[in-house]
Amino acid sequence: MAVKNKKLNLKDKYQYLTRDMAWEPTYQKMEDIYPDERFEGIKIVDWSQWEDPFRLTMDAYWKYQAEKEKKLYAIFDAFAQNNGHQNISDARYVNALKLFLSGVSPLEHAAFQGYSKVGRQFSGAGARVACQMQAIDELRHSQTQQHAMSHYNKHFNGLHDAPHMHDRVWFLSVPKSFFDDARSAGPFEFLTAISFSFEYVLTNLLFVPFMSGAAYNGDMATVTFGFSAQSDEARHMTLGLEVIKFILEQHEDNVPIVQRWIDKWFWRGFRLLSLVSMMMDYMLPNKVMSWSEAWEVYYEQNGGALFKDLERYGIRPPKYQDVANDAKHHLSHQLWTTFYQYSQATNFHTWIPEKEEMDWMSEKYPETFDKYYRPRYEYLAKEAAAGRRFYNNTLPQLCQVCQVPTLFTEMGAPTKLSHRQLVHEGERYHFCSEACCDIFKHEPEKYVQAWLPVHQIYQGNCEGADVETVVQKYYHINIGEDNFEYLGSPDHKHWMSIKGEKPADENQDAA
Amino acid sequence: MSIEIKTTSVEPIRHTYSHTARRFGDKPATRYQEASYDLEAKTNFHYRPQWDANYELNDERRTAIRMEDWYAVSDPRQFYYGAYVGNRAKMQEQAETSYGFCDKRNLLTRLPEETQKLLLRLMVPLRHVELGANMNNSKIAGDATATTVAQMHIYQAMDRLGIGQYLSRIALMLDGSTGAALDESKGYWMGDQLWQPMRKLVEDSLVVQDWFELTLLQNVLIDGMMFPLVYHKMDEWLESQGAEDVSMLTEFMRDWYKDTLRWTNAMMKAVAGESEANVAQLQQWIDHWEPQVYNALKPLAEASVGVEALDEARAELSTRLKKVGLQSQGVSA
Amino acid sequence: MSQLVFIVFQDNDNARYLAEAVMEDNPHAELQHQPAMIRIQAEKRLVINRETMEEKLGRDWDVQEMLIDVISIGGNVDEDDDHFILEWK
Repeated sequence: MAVKNKKLNLKDKYQYLTRDMAWEPTYQKMEDIYPDERFEGIKIVDWSQWEDPFRLTMDAYWKYQAEKEKKLYAIFDAFAQNNGHQNISDARYVNALKLFLSGVSPLEHAAFQGYSKVGRQFSGAGARVACQMQAIDELRHSQTQQHAMSHYNKHFNGLHDAPHMHDRVWFLSVPKSFFDDARSAGPFEFLTAISFSFEYVLTNLLFVPFMSGAAYNGDMATVTFGFSAQSDEARHMTLGLEVIKFILEQHEDNVPIVQRWIDKWFWRGFRLLSLVSMMMDYMLPNKVMSWSEAWEVYYEQNGGALFKDLERYGIRPPKYQDVANDAKHHLSHQLWTTFYQYSQATNFHTWIPEKEEMDWMSEKYPETFDKYYRPRYEYLAKEAAAGRRFYNNTLPQLCQVCQVPTLFTEMGAPTKLSHRQLVHEGERYHFCSEACCDIFKHEPEKYVQAWLPVHQIYQGNCEGADVETVVQKYYHINIGEDNFEYLGSPDHKHWMSIKGEKPADENQDAA
Repeated sequence: MSIEIKTTSVEPIRHTYSHTARRFGDKPATRYQEASYDLEAKTNFHYRPQWDANYELNDERRTAIRMEDWYAVSDPRQFYYGAYVGNRAKMQEQAETSYGFCDKRNLLTRLPEETQKLLLRLMVPLRHVELGANMNNSKIAGDATATTVAQMHIYQAMDRLGIGQYLSRIALMLDGSTGAALDESKGYWMGDQLWQPMRKLVEDSLVVQDWFELTLLQNVLIDGMMFPLVYHKMDEWLESQGAEDVSMLTEFMRDWYKDTLRWTNAMMKAVAGESEANVAQLQQWIDHWEPQVYNALKPLAEASVGVEALDEARAELSTRLKKVGLQSQGVSA
Repeated sequence: MSQLVFIVFQDNDNARYLAEAVMEDNPHAELQHQPAMIRIQAEKRLVINRETMEEKLGRDWDVQEMLIDVISIGGNVDEDDDHFILEWK
């Protein structure tokens, strides 16, 4: 009787241990148990066709994740105990972390909430379990980021109130609205938006070259959490690809819906990542790879291979990818020159790049940097040297969809500002691009709801009418500590004292 | 001179994040505090959810329970993700040793045919209850606002998946990994009269909209009777049937249940302690669900350890609820 | 058009064995070192074999152990007890 059990292979074991626990309900109707599965128009004929993107049972999950966490926290402890913040390349680097903690970390938390939700919404148990595992992973990322930055927060400004700022500060509505958009959509759009378009197609641009850059700038804590988080991301990316293939294989009517989502979410993600472009090119004092190079490898090359693979389903590359590809020569420079002007209202500092950095950019952007952007910096440096560090006191016009100020230029015409407008039900709306305008046209009822920070200030909903009050009272940005120019800032002075140097005179140092 | 400068440069300018300091003061915070308080978005949401346009994202009105501050509900175990997986990794290591031992020595397949059948009919179908619990807790994690509350529920969701997987492995050991025993056991879940009230209860729980009602139903009422009944009382009964080795395979569930009592009790205390209105709402839900939970478990008790054991489990739950000012049926010990 | 698959590892001790095994089993692959990471790309297909890894490590190796050190991947995944494959078909 006692037969020696044969060892299960991964796939069989996983089927028995997940999906097989589900059953066909008879006391309640399917549509009452899963009320959100149909309204988007996606047709799922047979959930049993779902391919599990990875086959990790909970015992293995606990084991491997605990191992990762043990390693990670050992490094956090060592970093804090040894005052690792003193070993980074330059304190300007910390500004990238400020942007990260206020712009990205809250998204990890939103992802935790979003995946918990879709982890219940699908009637396919395999898909639910994959989403739940991502939910708890995203919670992990949100928390390890708090812990990784905790030590920096004790020694630098601008990191102290990230979740509060994320809900209010003007440029942080770019990431916030991105995720609100995905979370307020149905479950299939959420996965197309986050698992596929963001995780699979775009997050490599944030996590791989930027984290490698963190390592290159001596930031052990960040590179460790970044890469440790990415090890979960490999699973998430697989989920992203599997979910798209699954939806497309289920019914031909799904193809146009998915195509529209890919067009939309590629563009939303690309606009969000414009913040990352400036982190990479301007906020890493030791540079690894330019935004343009990263875009070529991680979007043009890898994304190209991906979309070629999806051709067989009738999917073409995202509609406005040619605009995005063209923008790689300009993006980081246009963003940085804009943020430079609005440093009075940000939780991080800006500065004029140093000479060697500008030379690096000339080399990396041979066709654009010297022609369009270097002269701006030279002018701004001259102004600063003359005691007129430039701040723009006119609040920027924000795009109704992506919420980035309308700062981008037209494809192939780098001196022509890109701007679209549209009247919808008697109201005029402004957009940064044709792509954002398209997104609006398809779902105006959604995008008219947008909480646009600049409008809100003018409408008196931000505890004050003048920028200073809004920045201090509403945003919790400590004036004179968190904001303004880097040179001469408390962070800068602090760094000089760490390095045993005399605080520099900001005017002389500007160039 | 430069030594002095070096010393001042390692003096922190603040001890924790402002959002943590507002609650706990500007002093070094614990990892649990920095990972669990005020991380979620609270205001200025951009778009109404298409799946529930009555409320905003992260809307506290998704439950009828009102809290001045949902962070009053926190985890006595202080589990943030790292602490959670570390703890469960240790528990699974022990479980793995037991399952490995059982498997290697064929401890289950050596049991009399009758006893094996009992396991497949009375214990293994609980894996489906676990999947229901997994789904319910995932919903709660998605609806609850405060991170302290939401994170406990996603841990609970994943734990239930894990427990369902352990139960499944019992059947896989019995059938030599062909899946036949799982099919047989699922047949009981779907068709055997013994399981129908329980299956109905689980399916009914899957359409509960209010997330706090759901956590009360799932994590307090169902678990509060089911775990003592199955993993303590039935465990003793199985031992009397000569199946004491099975106990090794359910150790995880016993340890796990003991662990969850800490947070479910703390959560009930905080929520009931908040207001009379909360107590009234909780009481209404308890009056509605508690008898159904009892009736759902009754056939299982009758077929195994006897109804008295279920009555004892019911009394245990009643005692727990009484501590926070709530009434339920059953004689309190 | 060329269609590259890729895998990125953290640059640590485990990854050195992985990289060695990958390069041995995929002679067409290209290995790049970047700060703190190792990136391997190849036309169409990359495979990691359990057998090769076990030979390198001199112990049993579970394909899923790899999850600890992987940073990113590109390509369709096919994973079972004996191998981990990335490919564009």
